[in-house]
Amino acid sequence: MIQFDRFTLSNGLRVLVHPDSSTPMAVVNVLYNVGARDEDPSHTGFAHLFEHLMFGGSVNIPEYDEPLQMAGGENNAYTTNDLTNYYIQLPADNLETAFWLESDRMLSLAFSEKSLATQRKVVCEEFKENYLNKPYGDSWHKMRELAYQVHPYRWMTIGKELSHIEKATLQQVRSFFYKHYTPCNAILVVAGAVDTERVKQLAEKWFGDIPSGTLYERNLPVEPVQTAARQLTVKAPVPLDMLCKTWHMVGRKDRAYHAVDLLTDILGSGASSRLYHALVKEQPLFSSIDCYHFGSNDPGLLTIEGKLVKGVSMEKAEAALQVQLQKVIEEKVTDNELQKVKNKTESMIAFEDMSVMSRASSLAYYEWLGDATEMNQELGKYEAVSSASIREQARSIFREENGNTLYYLASK
Amino acid sequence: MPNRTQPPPIVDAVAYQLTLRPLERATLDNGIPVYMMNAGAEDVLQLEWLYPAGNSFESQNLVAATANFLLRNGTRTKNALQINEAVDYFGAYLNRSCYNEQASLVLHCMAKHIDSLLPIVREVVTESVLPEDELQLYCQNMKQRLEVNLHKADFVAGRLIDTYLFGADHPYGKFSSAEAFDALERSTLLRFYETHYQQAQPLLFVAGKIPTGLLGQLNRFFGDLPATPLNCPIHPIVPASTKKYRIDNDKQGMQGAIRMARLFPNRHHPDFIPAQLLNAVLGGFFGSRLMSNIREDKGYTYGIHSYLMNLQQQSAWMISTEAGKEVTEATITEVYREMERLRNEPVGEEELLLVRNYMMGGLLGDLDGPFQLMGRWKNLILHGVDEGYFYKTIDTIKHFSAANLQELAQRYLRPEDFYELVVI
Repeated sequence: MIQFDRFTLSNGLRVLVHPDSSTPMAVVNVLYNVGARDEDPSHTGFAHLFEHLMFGGSVNIPEYDEPLQMAGGENNAYTTNDLTNYYIQLPADNLETAFWLESDRMLSLAFSEKSLATQRKVVCEEFKENYLNKPYGDSWHKMRELAYQVHPYRWMTIGKELSHIEKATLQQVRSFFYKHYTPCNAILVVAGAVDTERVKQLAEKWFGDIPSGTLYERNLPVEPVQTAARQLTVKAPVPLDMLCKTWHMVGRKDRAYHAVDLLTDILGSGASSRLYHALVKEQPLFSSIDCYHFGSNDPGLLTIEGKLVKGVSMEKAEAALQVQLQKVIEEKVTDNELQKVKNKTESMIAFEDMSVMSRASSLAYYEWLGDATEMNQELGKYEAVSSASIREQARSIFREENGNTLYYLASK
Repeated sequence: MPNRTQPPPIVDAVAYQLTLRPLERATLDNGIPVYMMNAGAEDVLQLEWLYPAGNSFESQNLVAATANFLLRNGTRTKNALQINEAVDYFGAYLNRSCYNEQASLVLHCMAKHIDSLLPIVREVVTESVLPEDELQLYCQNMKQRLEVNLHKADFVAGRLIDTYLFGADHPYGKFSSAEAFDALERSTLLRFYETHYQQAQPLLFVAGKIPTGLLGQLNRFFGDLPATPLNCPIHPIVPASTKKYRIDNDKQGMQGAIRMARLFPNRHHPDFIPAQLLNAVLGGFFGSRLMSNIREDKGYTYGIHSYLMNLQQQSAWMISTEAGKEVTEATITEVYREMERLRNEPVGEEELLLVRNYMMGGLLGDLDGPFQLMGRWKNLILHGVDEGYFYKTIDTIKHFSAANLQELAQRYLRPEDFYELVVI
């Protein structure tokens, strides 16, 4: 049970406090309600590029990292398709340094030409390192464009293409900041060796006078229901053929989400999962296979992805996969198998909750979803999943017309 | 309105008196040493069985790693699926890893399930049969994975630089190949398993919220095994005579994987601890000189890091980055320029205080939680040093002078000592 206090400043900034006296450290986590899905289709990759710029100095503080390191702290950030999250860990004695730094960059950035020019280059190198200079690195670019026609999940957080990042201007940076980086669009979580009264004082002092901003109303195009299977074949200089299939699934807040999550565990998580056992071990058609999803806020993609054993044809591999899917559609999972994935979820949550940093970011995430108290009900929701509801989800997801198939073939 | 141009006062982290929470030690009936860190609020456990079964002990390439991998893939009474189901049912993770000197089995689980899991671990270390079909499947899949990895410049660079430093026959420098997988035979693996697992004495590391009676349970399941201690053979280090390499791995490559490295003494040498402070200044964290210059000023790379390799016999000082193809040589020039600055000018007091505070703050955070504490202790034990080493590290971070750092840089950060590799 994670205990926390919660209050809201008059400018709309939501603040959560999670005291834990067993650590000498404090964590300050700031979540902004903006992700890659909020980008203009002609300027993709912007939310993530912007995350880099948040470290390039703010209106009153020329250097973000130096004073934090001087205070014995470290920090990082990440951007997803849904949100952007920044976090600091530092000795609790120096908590106020984190408030000073985070509040100044929420107030306003320095908007420096030099920082933009450098970070454009850095992000382009990140793009190359992770998506262009790696075998299969572009497979998710292709799959997103195949599976989504109108929803902005069509592109990855790194962006659709290098040129979008290379062309980013300071004017775009400015308008993005004032639209999204405001108290009413943010959630602040303070955790560790802290007490709520002190956090209240510090929050008022450092964040209280920042103008509220306008509440961002998200109005994204809704992806139409897919009515026919889609298929794409690409050839690239990779050593092995890869099969990647996705099907549309419910969003994170849907009641069926937990059943789908357990379904992916049953199919493809761990050495005793069905796909690994049947298709890697029993009949060796794949050298590796995984089943996963991203837990995205809007309706997402359940994914099965595997590399084929050399000499095995795509048709044969796909047919064998279909047999496994048919099984989960037709037969109920056994009590034993269901209990196994529930036990796994229980221990995963317990291991995650060991770190105060992870607890702080989870609190921010659940508050962003709607209510941080839900964090404590999560395990119960998994425990309530029945084998009937898993089968129902399998039936609704693994329909042919709901599927997207990518053949990523080795060009010889 | 607060004065935002004025930083709030801070407590310098160098002022902290850090202590390393003590470790409990015990011995099973057969002499197996057990190290225990009882801490944490969550009801979770981490148990590690560390066997003298690393690749230093093998007489044929990949035998140690393969034997380690196949531990979980079949015993006299259970096949791989039955073992995996038994572990997975309790939401536990049983991972295995092979290192240079040791090889390990690590169990992560909820404390309430430990009694159901210990018999499985016992079975795995006493009754594995390393089945032939599992071996064939493993070799097939590993060869395929290797083929994919050989298309990655950073993977290729990581293998080559180790070979230049230590020699292709040294455990730190040798690497896998399709031929080496093809040459593996089950009988060799079984002999290795018998000597290095069934008969050998492991070290046991237990961390988490330890339930009462766990030691008795460990004795029950592991206290009756043969447990013969084995000494790790020492292999000669044969560094390459050529220092500079440029490799074309992929005609379409957009980035070069850069590695620059020199041999460095191990933790028993008095320069090792101060070198970690100097390394932090050079490239050990986000605010380091390499990161500030090559990423934050020039934008040549997404990240550049330097570190002292965590090796027991002999360490090496490594600089590692992936940079745009057209700026790889410029990146190398800048790395040497940063070394030159460290040789020619003392590190300024303000910068040095920042690094000291940063490192102390990091240590304070690292000592948080049972697994992290155990990790630190385990490292001390494996390197054959005691907690004095930890306190010496803190003293060095707090007090080692700029003049002495400069002298250290003059001794070790000399371009002529560095191997230099670019793989595109």
